[in-house]
Amino acid sequence: MIVLELLQDGIFKVLNEGENLDREITVPYCCDLLSIAMGKMPSGAAWVTVMGNVNTLAVAALADAACVILADGISLDEQALNKAKEQGITVLSSDLPIFDAALIIHQKLHA
Amino acid sequence: MNDKITMHYQVPADDFTRAGEASSSVKSKLKMMGVKPEIIRKVAIAMYEGEINMVIHASGGTIDVTVSQEEITIVLKDQGPGIEDIDQAMRAGFSTAPDNIRALGFGAGMGLPNMKKYTDELIIDSEIGKGTTVTMKVKLPTD
Ligand SMILES: Nc1ncnc2c1ncn2[C@@H]1O[C@H](COP(=O)(O)OP(=O)(O)OP(=O)(O)O)[C@@H](O)[C@H]1O
Ligand SMILES: [Mg+2]
Repeated sequence: MIVLELLQDGIFKVLNEGENLDREITVPYCCDLLSIAMGKMPSGAAWVTVMGNVNTLAVAALADAACVILADGISLDEQALNKAKEQGITVLSSDLPIFDAALIIHQKLHA
Repeated sequence: MNDKITMHYQVPADDFTRAGEASSSVKSKLKMMGVKPEIIRKVAIAMYEGEINMVIHASGGTIDVTVSQEEITIVLKDQGPGIEDIDQAMRAGFSTAPDNIRALGFGAGMGLPNMKKYTDELIIDSEIGKGTTVTMKVKLPTD
C-alpha cells in the first residue's frame, strides 16, 4: 500500500504533501520519544506520533520513514511546517488517537 | 574513488531549528556518491544522535566526516562539560536531559546506544570541563 491510499476515506488529511505520496508503507510505527523511534522504526514506516515539531521531521527524514502521521488532532508548528516543505517530508494528520490511527493503517495494509 | 572525501560542519549551540542539518547534508552527499541506502541510514542515524547530543548537552561543536574506500568515519568534537561516567552514559535509559528538552521528545537515554547499534566502532573520549570527542566508523562493503 502506498501513502496516497491512506487519503481515500477522509480519516487522514494532508498537512504537507511532500515527495512520498507514492511511497510504499512497510508498517505503522508508534512512538513519541525521538531516540527510541530513531533506533527502532523500520525504514518505510508510517510513523504515528503526537510530537509535531522540527525534531520529529528530522528523525523521520534520517530514519527514512514513508510519512509522519500526527494523531489526536495535533498539527505541525510553523517552524516544522517549513521544514517539512523544505525537505519534502509527507505529513498527514488525524483526529483519532495514536492506537486507532495505527490500527487503521495496519488493517489497510493487511486488507 | 581512491581519494578520501572529507566534509566539515559547525554545529551551533541550542538551535533546534538547525539541529540535524549536518546529518541531512551528509545523507544527501552520500546518496550522490552512490553509497548503499542501508549504509546511509546507519550513518544518518548515528550522526544525528551525536549531533543532537552536542546541541543539547555540550553547546555545539564541530563534525568531520571522512569517506574512504573502506569506511565512513565521523568525528564529533565539543568543548562542553564532558561525560563523567561513560559506562553509565552508554546505558539504555540513562539521561540527564532537563524537562524542557524532554518536552521536545528527547531524553529517552537511547542516543548513545543507537550510535553503538548503528556503527561498527564507537570511541568516546571525554574529559570533565574540557569536552568530548566521539569517533564512529561504519564499514563499507568491499564488493
Ligand atoms: N557530547 C556530550 N557532552 C556531555 N554529555 C553528554 C554528551 N553526549 C551525551 N552526554 C551524556 O550522556 C547521557 C546519555 O546520552 P544519550 O544520547 O544516550 O541520551 P540523551 O541525549 O539524554 O537522550 P536521547 O538521546 O534518548 O534523546 C546524556 O543525558 C548526557 O548526560
Ligand atoms: Mg542523545
